[in-house]
Amino acid sequence: MALLEVDRLSVQFGTRSAPFVAVDGVELQVESGEVIGIVGESGSGKSVMSLAIMGLIEFPGRVTAERLLFAERDLLALPRAARRRLLGKDIAMIFQDPMTSLNPCYTVGFQLMETLKVHQNLNRTERRQRALQLLEQVGIPDPASRLRAFPHQLSGGMSQRVVIAMAIACNPRLLIADEPTTALDVTIQAQIMDLLKDLQQRHGMALLLITHDLAVVAESCARVVVMYAGQIVETGLVRDVFSAPRHPYTAALLDALPERSVGKDRLATIPGVVPGQYDRPLGCLLNPRCQFADDRCRREQPRLRGLGDRQVRCHTPLDTDGRPTHD
Amino acid sequence: MTELGEAVMEAEDLARYYSVSRGWLKDKATVKALDGVSFTLRSRSTLAVVGESGCGKSTLARQLTLIEKPSGGSLRLLGQDLSQAGDKERRLARRHVQIIFQNPYASLNPRKKVGALLQEPLKINTQDNARQREEKVRMMMGRVGLRPEHYSRYPHMFSGGQQQRIAIARALMLHPQMVVADEPVSALDVSIQAQVLNLLMDLQEELGMAYVFISHDLSVVRHIANEIMVMYLGRPVEHGSRDTIFNQPRHPYTRALMASMPRLNPELRAQRLPLGGELPSPLNPPTGCAFHTRCPLATGECAQTRPALRTVANRQVACHYAEQVND
Repeated sequence: MALLEVDRLSVQFGTRSAPFVAVDGVELQVESGEVIGIVGESGSGKSVMSLAIMGLIEFPGRVTAERLLFAERDLLALPRAARRRLLGKDIAMIFQDPMTSLNPCYTVGFQLMETLKVHQNLNRTERRQRALQLLEQVGIPDPASRLRAFPHQLSGGMSQRVVIAMAIACNPRLLIADEPTTALDVTIQAQIMDLLKDLQQRHGMALLLITHDLAVVAESCARVVVMYAGQIVETGLVRDVFSAPRHPYTAALLDALPERSVGKDRLATIPGVVPGQYDRPLGCLLNPRCQFADDRCRREQPRLRGLGDRQVRCHTPLDTDGRPTHD
Repeated sequence: MTELGEAVMEAEDLARYYSVSRGWLKDKATVKALDGVSFTLRSRSTLAVVGESGCGKSTLARQLTLIEKPSGGSLRLLGQDLSQAGDKERRLARRHVQIIFQNPYASLNPRKKVGALLQEPLKINTQDNARQREEKVRMMMGRVGLRPEHYSRYPHMFSGGQQQRIAIARALMLHPQMVVADEPVSALDVSIQAQVLNLLMDLQEELGMAYVFISHDLSVVRHIANEIMVMYLGRPVEHGSRDTIFNQPRHPYTRALMASMPRLNPELRAQRLPLGGELPSPLNPPTGCAFHTRCPLATGECAQTRPALRTVANRQVACHYAEQVND
């Protein structure tokens, strides 16, 4: 039984008569201790999906799912109080901008110990001990003085470490990291990714890494889920997907990376942008931007097909040479 | 790429100091945000400036675009020394240097339509009448890939990539000799990033401008630059042609930056030189070599004397041990 089971998760905004489908029938299984990368352009529904798993979608957003199980408990049917006990303890989340995810009015120590106070039965001295231990664990020098610091006194990398310390304070079984390094410099990004991987291995925690940086996924994840306009378009082991992408979107994303065109004059591009509420095309959602689109793609929406780990949503998945196959 | 054009801008020993107040009754402190920067920028070529946040990249951009006056050194634009020039001369010179910012939406006035935004530089700097201005704007819009109907739309109606095209069009309205691009693609998705980079390269080919390209993303820099300057705490640490720097970096900081860059291809992944710590505060810079607090090769000498920029193996490098740093 997987740690997190997501079956046909959908999130809709707007009115019922003209809804905007931000997440469209996503299926996902996360095992304990697994690292999964979720990639896609902005507007592909990555963040909304993670917020839906965390139960952070507020009215007027509507979350529906066939199944949304965490450790065999139904998250959607769980009473609010029980769900709050679970969040921050067994499931934790890190957001993109460390500066805005800390409260500027309270010290780092206060915010860190608040988590421990709410979720764990520790007294004052024990909480302080644990907070010091956590700051040390995430590599903050001189933790005792940092406990008294306010967020504005810390750099971006330091703030992100504090946020990570808060997230792992109760040894979560699942950590959702939404673009944890996008706001940071490359050198700090490398430090933070090493830290996350180290924590994940030491505690056997499952990590859901949401990012638009394919290279970060290639370096740290075992499995990857590629999303486009709210749907999963391809999923599989990182080494399979990145070495031989089967969906034209995955292939195009990889080709757009400057690393792939060293020595070439021009970069490969994907024309157009992710469709929004009013310009969702008929048929395959990628068809206006896909170089291989034919009449069937413009008419009929493909289903996610494939066996086990490797699944792809395309009528004519690419073969190993990057040419579409017709069956 | 091989034939170099005439020199557009020459900077020699450019410096910019800021004095900051440390509080009541305390002496003012001096921050050396920029110190000892020299380069010659030729038309049709691109100089990339690389480094972590806080290294002085944006301060450099403000000097080059004549927004601020440097505290020392000389800055020559098309042969004219502007570092000590009067306001009027600097104002006249500014039309030859334009800038593109990181966040396109923040750099476009939300109350003005695209047409008005693009006409503004012409209104201020030329004698053109309304009809001539509209004609020039429409031509430029076509050149950067905007459609004619976009003329009367507001900036918020565009996607990030298109907004960046508008910002580029505005920068080019006066046909500048050089364009300073301050992280122009950092806020964009990979697919859009590729479109904007291609556009910048096409425009350079067509109009023959020089670019100063400020970025922290080395894979982008490798694609677009002819020449690279790596900066650390306000000073250049390594400066040379793209291939020299990428193939054989000689400064430990350059090497650490490259090793921190996440790679898609597992074979290209360097052994991580874990670069601990963060950029020291420019208010209180380390003695000797500014990098010695984080450098894996630092010795007593590094803490004592600051290495001067000198020529080693076809590039300029500021390290006592540049000869020993080799693959």
